Amino acid sequence: MDSKLKFGIIIIIIIIILIGAYLLFKPGFQYDRIEIAGSTSVQPVAEKLAEVYMKEHPNVKINVQGGGSGLGIRTTEQGIVNIGTSSKPLKSDEKDGIQEYVIGKDGIVIAVNLENGVSDLSKEQIKDIYNGNITNWEKVGGADAEIHVVVRESGSGTLSSFNALVMNKTKIRSDAIVQGSTEGVKQAVKQDPYAIGFVSLSHMSNDVKTLEIGGITPLETTISDGSYTLQVPFEFLTKGDPQGATKEFIDWVFSLEGQSIIRSEKIVPAIGNVSDDVGITF
Amino acid sequence: MNKRLEEYFVEKGLFITAIFSIIVILLIIAFIFREGFPIFQEYGFLNFIFGMDWAPSDGQYGVFTMIIGSLCITILALIMAVPLSILCAIFMAEIAPPTMTKILKPVIETLAGIPSVVYGFFGLIVLVPFVRVQFGGTGFSMLTASIILTVMILPTIISVSVDALRSVPLEYKEASLALGATQWQTIKNVIFPAAIPGVITAIILGMGRAVGETLAVIMVAGNVTQIPGSIMDPVRALTSNIALEMGYATGLHYNALFGTAVVLFLMIMVLLVIANYYHYKKKVVIGGGYL
Repeated sequence: MDSKLKFGIIIIIIIIILIGAYLLFKPGFQYDRIEIAGSTSVQPVAEKLAEVYMKEHPNVKINVQGGGSGLGIRTTEQGIVNIGTSSKPLKSDEKDGIQEYVIGKDGIVIAVNLENGVSDLSKEQIKDIYNGNITNWEKVGGADAEIHVVVRESGSGTLSSFNALVMNKTKIRSDAIVQGSTEGVKQAVKQDPYAIGFVSLSHMSNDVKTLEIGGITPLETTISDGSYTLQVPFEFLTKGDPQGATKEFIDWVFSLEGQSIIRSEKIVPAIGNVSDDVGITF
Repeated sequence: MNKRLEEYFVEKGLFITAIFSIIVILLIIAFIFREGFPIFQEYGFLNFIFGMDWAPSDGQYGVFTMIIGSLCITILALIMAVPLSILCAIFMAEIAPPTMTKILKPVIETLAGIPSVVYGFFGLIVLVPFVRVQFGGTGFSMLTASIILTVMILPTIISVSVDALRSVPLEYKEASLALGATQWQTIKNVIFPAAIPGVITAIILGMGRAVGETLAVIMVAGNVTQIPGSIMDPVRALTSNIALEMGYATGLHYNALFGTAVVLFLMIMVLLVIANYYHYKKKVVIGGGYL
């Protein structure tokens, strides 16, 4: 036989095997599908909710993607996804025909080293530290030392929330140290007595010091009643009233079970009387 | 007939495995260039490469600071790693008693097996505070990243250099010693010059690892997009830029990150060509072939 022909046959066999494997592992069509996309801050909670919900409802497939709050709002408007997620409240011009469900709230905590003498800053002072107007801890009642500013990478949900809540359209100084994760920020602050960083309340731990903002400590209660202002709503968005599987899923999220999952992810739940088995600890 | 068929299948089987890596690398290159192309088209290739500002939220996509960052970290790491590792390789290949080699070799191989996230974490916990206390600043700096990279590329350069030194024919050494040269003279004038092409290969491999290292560098370099004024300033490497922002990027930002990969790719190609040129230039010809 011609060797080229044999070679061709081998290649065809390989292709058939690959197609067979693809057909074998291709997901079926008989599921109710819910597409969720949007805020990267909401993503882990949404994934956790989806995971538990899919275990209880094997006929539902939920696909959770990131992309940012902007993408969540846009794709909801265009009807590309069933549920969009956002970690900022909608502006009035975005609200058109979109239902907002606040499933929980997270706080942004300003963290400093445990040895740092400063324990309270105003929002204005934080802004000045981050945009470079204040560069020494002495100015805000601390030791005479340069402030080492730590931020998150651009695109991070925590950074965009921080920008929106604190920076008031001014720019973060360009020589701020960039860390790629919440843990990175915490480690940077933990090892440097003169560093300052921001992390979400859900990732806070007691190896760094939590700053009070205008005298108010970030706690579940102060976030719940709105007195701690650096807070981020976790929202589900739907176009019009949700239908079918999407409605059932959202109803379930607001049930006691759904809300206690939100709480176990250390997000402040939207409804008050959630079982107290997992508290937020510092 | 049967034997011929067997021969045929073995031959073709080996051929397919051999070209498989080429196919994979061509696919990767094609994909990277395809995804990165829109940024060159819309932002301009020169603007992209020589732009000083990286601010995706404002539509600024200049990677020049990161090219400088990657180059500086790599060069600094090589300056520290090359003398150390070559001297270590000479010791292991020529001077160390067999028992010593038995201990050294596995230890150095272990060093190569440690995952880079562990190096990064070690850098973040130990090295960053050390640099901050000793030299001031934030501790996140080009120097810190280079020190971590030095430790990471040492095992690569050492083990390949040892092999190069060992593969120098024994006759060279015997002839040199028979002429009355001391051991150091033999190493300096005969064995090391003969092994130079292999040592250059070792340095190329080490350099490749240093340019490509991502995670450890993200954790200790500070990732600030600026031209470093001194080795104590924080810098961002090209690889770090891709890894930091890939999770969120959409649209042109996404293309810009692939554009960064294209730049990284071109940079590695240029470095490889330079290194291969020296490899070729320093070759030692014996008879028909060279070492």
